[in-house]
Formats: sequence, structure tokens, C-alpha cells
Amino acid sequence: MNFFNQNKIFLSINKYYRFILIFFLILSSLGLIEALIISPEDYLQGDSVRIMYVHVPSAWISLGIFSCMAFLSVLVFIFKNRNLVIIAKSLAPSGFIFTLIALVTGSIWGKPTWGTWWAWDARITTMLILCFFYLMYLLAWRIFEKRDSVIKITSLISIIGAFNIPIIKFSVDWWSTLHQPSSIKILSESKIHESMLTPLIIMTAAFALFSLLIFLMKYNTELIKIKNKGLDRL
Amino acid sequence: MINFFSMNGYGIYVFSAFIFTMINFLGLYIVVRYQLKKEQKKFAEKFGKLNLNQVSEANKQKINKEILSAGIFSKI
Repeated sequence: MNFFNQNKIFLSINKYYRFILIFFLILSSLGLIEALIISPEDYLQGDSVRIMYVHVPSAWISLGIFSCMAFLSVLVFIFKNRNLVIIAKSLAPSGFIFTLIALVTGSIWGKPTWGTWWAWDARITTMLILCFFYLMYLLAWRIFEKRDSVIKITSLISIIGAFNIPIIKFSVDWWSTLHQPSSIKILSESKIHESMLTPLIIMTAAFALFSLLIFLMKYNTELIKIKNKGLDRL
Repeated sequence: MINFFSMNGYGIYVFSAFIFTMINFLGLYIVVRYQLKKEQKKFAEKFGKLNLNQVSEANKQKINKEILSAGIFSKI
């Protein structure tokens, strides 16, 4: 577990802040130009399809982050490593914000496409449940004061919440929903044209970099908190 | 230019979605950066109150020097 040495992680990630921030700014500028200007409008949805370039990456990243948190929580129960808890805790704020963005931008997209801001559709409802799991996770850290209890409770929240992830993923296949089935598939050919796939990939990369940046800042905050307690003990 | 912002009537939806995303990004960045700065300041204050023996003990950890150097903020 030397790989998870906090001091080493702190010193090494400290070096990469500036690069990540600059790279994020470049990629997001490029992504915005591609998404708002260069990419074509959809033959059916018109220009409203451009909302996809913020909605889809946010949804992907929110699912990815929660999956990571759940995986780390399982490892916490197995290895009892506190650093894994800090990593999961530091991932949660950006995951929550991405879920919120996915829900709100989806709602904005729904109005011109479906004629309604909200529908109790399987995909949307399960995303809302995911948002509540993020909220419960973040609130648990504020409510519970005993360290051991809060670690157990937050780990349980993320493990239980992880059962919702495949339901979100396959909800559009299992049920007849307003939400369209996925157009991008890893194992088979995607149904999206290259001219739309390029900005989508750029925006996803930019959003992933942003979540990495927030994660590193949050992780360092948590480490400094621990070091503050260490100074009290000297 | 007007055509760009109107986007055939969808501009209000498209730009509100993008602006909402940007506001959330900026908000989250400011909050997390503020928390980091606050903890670093608290650390520097506590470090300043240590006696000589405690300082030499604390200085054995490279991470403490790194936090004090405020390198984190100069790089963000």
C-alpha cells in the first residue's frame, strides 16, 4: 500500500495543478467552439441538439465518479485503508455537480424536444435517485461526527447507490421511455455522426479534466486537515 | 451574429444549458479553492505558534514545508 502514501501523493499532484488547469481551459475553449459553432444541427432536433455536448458528458462523468466511489468503498471494507476514504470523499463534490448539471440540462433539452421540462421517465428518475445518493453521501460527512461511523455510513451509501448505476444505464433498453436509447456504444458501431462525436469527445475530456482538478484540490484540502490535527498533537 | 444567438429559436435553451454548466463549474471551483485556502491558512497559523522543538519535529515531514510554501495557490 506504499502506492497510497499520502505524503507522496500530495507532493506529486502538487506539481500537476497548473498543467491540468491550462489543459482544461484549452480543451473547454476548443470544445465550446466545436459544440456551438462548428458542429452541425440535427435534422430532427435542430440546434437544440447542442445541449447534448454538456448533458451527455456530465451524465457519463457523474456515473463514472459514483462507480469509482462505490469501488473504493468496497476496498475500504476490505483493506481498512483511510486514504481510500479520502479519495472517495474528494470525488463526491464534482460527482454531485455533474449529476445536477445532467439533470438540469436534460430538463432544458426536454422542453423543446418533448414539450415538457420534466417527466417521471425511468432514465430521468433513476438519475434523480443518483443525485439523492450523492446528496446523502455529502450530508453524512457533515452530520456524523464519529470517524468510524461516518466511514461505514458513507461507504454503505455508495455501495447501495451503486446498484442504481446499471439501472440507469439499461433503463432505456428495459423500459419504454421518453429518453432516447444510447447512440454511442463501445462494443458495437455508434449511431452518431463523426461531426457530432468529435465535440462530444472533446467536451467529455474537458469535463473529466475539470473533475480531476476539483478532486486534486479537495484531496489536498483533506490532507491539510489531517496535518492540522497532526500539529495539534505535537 | 443574431442568427448565432437565436439558433433558429433554440438559442434560449442552448445558451441557458451552457451558462448553467459554466456557473456550476465556477461555483464549485471557487468553493473548493476557498476551502483549500482556509485550511492552508489555519495550518500556517498553527505552525507559527509552535515552539522550536515542535518546529524541528514538524519540519521532518516534507509535506509540512510544502503546505507552508503556499506552492499550491501559486500553481492554481
